[in-house]
Amino acid sequence: MLLEGLTKAYPGVVANSDVSFGIGEGEIHALLGENGAGKSTLVKMIYGLVKPDVGRMVLRGQPYVPAKPAEARRLGVAMVFQHFSLFEALTVAENVALGMETPPPMRELAARIRSVSEEYGLPLDPGRMVGDLSAGERQRVEIIRCLLQDPKLLIMDEPTSVLTPQEVEILFRTLRQLRAEGTSILYISHKLEEIRALCDEATILRRGRVVGTCTPRERTAREMAELMVGATLGTPTRSPRPKGQVALGVSDLSVASPIAFGTPLRGVSFTVAAGEVLGIAGVAGNGQDELLLALSGELRAPGDRVRLNDHAIGDLGPAERRRAGLVSAPEDRYGHAAAPDMSLTENALLTAAIRRKLTRHGFIDWAKTRAFAEEIIADYDVRTPGPGTAARALSGGNLQKFLMGRELLQDADAIVINQPTWGVDAAAAASIRQKILDCAATGAAVVVISQDLDELLEIADSFAVLNEGRMTKPRPTQGLTMDEIGMMMGGAHGMEVAHHAEA
Amino acid sequence: MDFGGINPVTLIATLMVTSVPILLAALGEAVVERSGVLNLGVEGMMILGAIGGFITAVQTGSPVLGFLGGALAGAVLSAIFALLTQVFLANQVATGLALTLFGLGVSSLAGQGYNGIKPPATGKVPFGPLADIPVLGPILFGHDWVVYFSLAMVAAIWWVLRSTRAGLILRAVGENHDAAHALGYRVNRIRLLAILFGGAMAGMGGAYVSLVRVPQWTDGITAGAGWIALAIVVFASWRPWRVLIGAYLFGGISVLQLNLQAAGSAIPVEYLSMAPYLITILVLVVISSGKGKAATGAPAELGHNFHASR
Repeated sequence: MLLEGLTKAYPGVVANSDVSFGIGEGEIHALLGENGAGKSTLVKMIYGLVKPDVGRMVLRGQPYVPAKPAEARRLGVAMVFQHFSLFEALTVAENVALGMETPPPMRELAARIRSVSEEYGLPLDPGRMVGDLSAGERQRVEIIRCLLQDPKLLIMDEPTSVLTPQEVEILFRTLRQLRAEGTSILYISHKLEEIRALCDEATILRRGRVVGTCTPRERTAREMAELMVGATLGTPTRSPRPKGQVALGVSDLSVASPIAFGTPLRGVSFTVAAGEVLGIAGVAGNGQDELLLALSGELRAPGDRVRLNDHAIGDLGPAERRRAGLVSAPEDRYGHAAAPDMSLTENALLTAAIRRKLTRHGFIDWAKTRAFAEEIIADYDVRTPGPGTAARALSGGNLQKFLMGRELLQDADAIVINQPTWGVDAAAAASIRQKILDCAATGAAVVVISQDLDELLEIADSFAVLNEGRMTKPRPTQGLTMDEIGMMMGGAHGMEVAHHAEA
Repeated sequence: MDFGGINPVTLIATLMVTSVPILLAALGEAVVERSGVLNLGVEGMMILGAIGGFITAVQTGSPVLGFLGGALAGAVLSAIFALLTQVFLANQVATGLALTLFGLGVSSLAGQGYNGIKPPATGKVPFGPLADIPVLGPILFGHDWVVYFSLAMVAAIWWVLRSTRAGLILRAVGENHDAAHALGYRVNRIRLLAILFGGAMAGMGGAYVSLVRVPQWTDGITAGAGWIALAIVVFASWRPWRVLIGAYLFGGISVLQLNLQAAGSAIPVEYLSMAPYLITILVLVVISSGKGKAATGAPAELGHNFHASR
């Protein structure tokens, strides 16, 4: 596969400019770049979802101009999507059939899914509903869907972001097996250690341009990161500090999930002291969203199950908990944490009105609110024309910085954050982590729920894992090994299930 | 074999006829909603089908052409809905409601001069001696072709949705249109076809009202049947066989309460009149309750417009 001079411009932004590189047969080629570097657009061109303005592609010596994904699939290009392109209310086999051009009858397809999934060490039961599967199993569905079509080029867009370390190992084994069989793989990621472990060659994109190519094994992760960002990176620093009194305590908290296909919390207990950062890891869909809802007050429990500074707050709603000193930041930026069509000033008011006293006698103090929004923008280096901008107009990283600032500047006793740096580029992520540590240093108890293990190991004092709604006992982060963490995360999901299905 | 002046065989035979308009419209709407589109204009498409079918039948003298005309009229009206919601991305709820009001008005206008005319009769399908079998004869072999057509459509739609690729794609589009798009399916085109099918089914149901049930033309002849069809689709969890149960239940109780009124029942007329609505909703709520939101089978993208950004 050869790409030459690919260029694609959208109104107001050039997503790709003169991108050229080649992928050899049986090669795992990494495509590196920050959010907004143009990786997705490039991949969509290869998969036939978007047409390039200029440039050409060559597949195995033939000019390659896919008009639509079906044609790309026919020519042997398959893709595993970052946000899974799966249908929750359909079965595994039905999902696979949808991604094929001429699927065989369902019974035959089910048999082929079984045999291919075992051949590649990815056990799957074709009759199960996708909505009931773990993230790792869902990804297997996508991979199997591709493999059944015998692809020449397999595109993988951020495949490991939702997997446990053990599942990542299984995936890598599968990919190496494919490589040995002569399949080319285009592997998109920003996890540099993985790329060093897996990939033969790497192409690095920045602002839509190729800024370098390298052989990942010969470079350090840091060198590649700096190529990607185009600047040197700092590591968050933390000052050692004494642990204070227990600020936030949760005991035997069980709540049903309000989310379709969600996971209920089962007897979750932990305490966080003032000045402590508790990191909660786990694969998505194991109760993280529910835990945030239960801590923020959107889900209520008996009063004494959640205690803040020795006051029972379990039965209080979000506003009352904020007043008591517990603020929280949910994962979903557009719609849950922020109202996308409202201005930054209005969004600042939404959660900070109580603690920052932005209202008087029921009326909004706009001057004060705007000043608060400007304070966040200045403190957190939010790149935006001003506080009057709609939240939707900000890039993911900038909006996340704003939303983090909004919660962290409220001088709360306890702060709960779900996925503080999800989809945020490396520089912004580093600054958000630093701010979280700064907040803890001033005596706040912080709970960080994240799927990024490196992030948790970097900022957390103690570490716990959510698995199917149950939480492990928090352990000090220092001295934890990746293997131990993997075991805490429950190993590879779904192996037992698949074995039952075979029997 | 009468109970309080009501013959159960006649009752069943009559309810099968009574339910046809609602059944056809609800089946069509079930398909539309399975594709992720909420078209609240069923009542409008039905009544336009009623007058369209009536005019065609009267002008051509052929009831079969009348039904086709009704289906065409419903489909044309639904095409407007498709244009507004799938191309111009208008809000589906508002557009659907406007469609009903528009259909009521247009049908009233088009029906000027057709009041008091009798349409050509739709004959029963001749089954010969089969129709003379006691009990089973009148129930199974004593109807016109549209009754059998409606039953065949229940089975056909069930089969298509469950076992064919077209049905799988339709469900996929209603379940997650972004994923369907990413896999290369033409979301809006698939929805357009579903909407046209729903319009044709509703129009045909409407034509059955004006050509067989009543049979003549008056303003507002469908009298809310489209709204009942919409409700049945939801309570039937978007499944064809449950739609059949819902439609027959509603039709059955409607016939029963009319018979009870005629038989001089002690229950006040007002209660009898509301009974079909109450009981249908009650039964369907019981059927679809208690299994959590995921089990009700609501298409995840219901009512959401799709626009391929990038």
